[in-house]
Amino acid sequence: MSKAASVLYDAPGPRAKRRNILISVVFVLVLAGIAYWILSALNDKNQLDAAKWDPFVTDSRVWTTYLLPGLQETLTAAGLSLVIALPLGAILGIGRMSDHWWIRRPADVIVEFFRAIPVLILMIFANQAYAEWSNIDREIRPMYAVITGLVLYNASVLAEIVRAGVLSLPRGQTDAAHAIGMRKGQTMVHVLLPQAVTAMLPAIVSQLVVIVKDTALGGALLGYGELISNTRLVAGNYSNTIAAYTVAAAIFIAVNFLLTYFAGWLEARIRQGRRGTGAVLSHDLAEETQAGGAGIPAPTLDKGAGLPGGDGGPAGDGPAGGGPAGGGPSNAPGGGGGPGGGGRDGGA
Amino acid sequence: MFDFLDLDRYDLFGAFWTTVQLTVYSAIGSLIWGTVLAAMRVSPVPIMRAFGTAYVNLLRNTPLTLVIVACSQGLYFTMGQTLGGEGTEGIAFRLAVLGFIVYTSTFVCEALRSGINTVPVGQAEAARALGLNFSQVLGLVVLPQAFRSVVPPLANVLIALTKNTTVAATIGVAEAALLMRDMIEREAQLIPIAAVFAFGFIVLTLPTGLFLGWVSKRVAVKR
Repeated sequence: MSKAASVLYDAPGPRAKRRNILISVVFVLVLAGIAYWILSALNDKNQLDAAKWDPFVTDSRVWTTYLLPGLQETLTAAGLSLVIALPLGAILGIGRMSDHWWIRRPADVIVEFFRAIPVLILMIFANQAYAEWSNIDREIRPMYAVITGLVLYNASVLAEIVRAGVLSLPRGQTDAAHAIGMRKGQTMVHVLLPQAVTAMLPAIVSQLVVIVKDTALGGALLGYGELISNTRLVAGNYSNTIAAYTVAAAIFIAVNFLLTYFAGWLEARIRQGRRGTGAVLSHDLAEETQAGGAGIPAPTLDKGAGLPGGDGGPAGDGPAGGGPAGGGPSNAPGGGGGPGGGGRDGGA
Repeated sequence: MFDFLDLDRYDLFGAFWTTVQLTVYSAIGSLIWGTVLAAMRVSPVPIMRAFGTAYVNLLRNTPLTLVIVACSQGLYFTMGQTLGGEGTEGIAFRLAVLGFIVYTSTFVCEALRSGINTVPVGQAEAARALGLNFSQVLGLVVLPQAFRSVVPPLANVLIALTKNTTVAATIGVAEAALLMRDMIEREAQLIPIAAVFAFGFIVLTLPTGLFLGWVSKRVAVKR
């Protein structure tokens, strides 16, 4: 890993290299010890028996009856939630930037309210509400509840992403639009939003990771037949709890890893693009760490192509590229100033 | 309107107290484990960096629900590990805290690492040029700046953790979300009950956010 000098240490000299090798050896030994301990514990409970892992290879019904339909439900719920939440989020986000207080305040309240409440509470509420006040079939009610909960929460998160996306554009765009006589609405619709959509894409894709993970909530408490509740069925039928959950985790990790990688690739591509302003929201902006509540100053945004050294390209570092606070110093949290630093209740 | 609030039947404050306890224990645990992970991820030893990176990427791409359910189903029901807890309730609580620590520490690690990365390399170079040794560079120059810039992301992690503790309901810890489900199933008062629980979580998260936002503004490094 030939990396630029870290802020913490110099390039190692001969003595440091020897010491590093020693530490490496000790660390590997400790890891191996822990791995041995875990594996022998699993072995004692017969969890490593071939019979428990075989069904995933030999018995195609595990996949066709449980895992793949479960995965399909998970992805359907996540996809629908994102598609429904996007326009709502756009409306709320634009509402929060309105010049009129009677539009801005309600939008503020809605966004802050739904971000402060756990998704699970929203899902439980929606489930019961559909049971009492609608005639949605019992069978598909959990799916409606899951999607409703996810939409309410993610619309408010996406509202913040939309706002940050519009604010990340250079101020000259607004000035130029006004200079040629565009009205506020026209500026937003014809100039700012189209560019902001490009800037937001990476953040939206990585918000999809959060949504995919949150669909799992519906399975456990509402009985929605998604991947994890189907995994529970597999574990029950084949009495291979450890194996089943390991496979389920691997599926989730693969899906989310691909999404994150795609987001990082998009971000790098937009950043280097010749067209447009090069303004882009870091795909880490949407990470779960950012989904907090009111009162935390939003990280200010990267402007243009100049991602200052530091974090390595998003693609180079995999999903973790860039910390939760994003790239370099321009993201220094706590500034409160800058375009995204926003008012009293930033918190992207 | 609020006559469903029969506090003898429904232990509302007890449920929210469990939520707070879950949050506090998990926060302390994930701060410790997350710091260890962050130290690995920025260490000069490649194998430690690789381990830290792998752990963080694997865990934060796994749904929290899966982590918690696996703790209960795998660790307890299959392996018989009780973590020293007693009774169904106590064991579930400890398993939930373990799950939250395992998951949340990845976000703590990323927050800390991003804090270290916000310190310009020139700061450390200047410190070395002055003749400070490694521990002085770290203790006097780099970490004080890193800690200050780490407050907002850590505050976000804490708030997200507070909301995430509801996931413990899936393994039967008697916290707010589980009580809410019980109450709306038994009482025909959906809106008031939902309002009470929404209010409870706003009371928990909003002051935390406002306070830590204020702290982060006070300690921010002016660059």
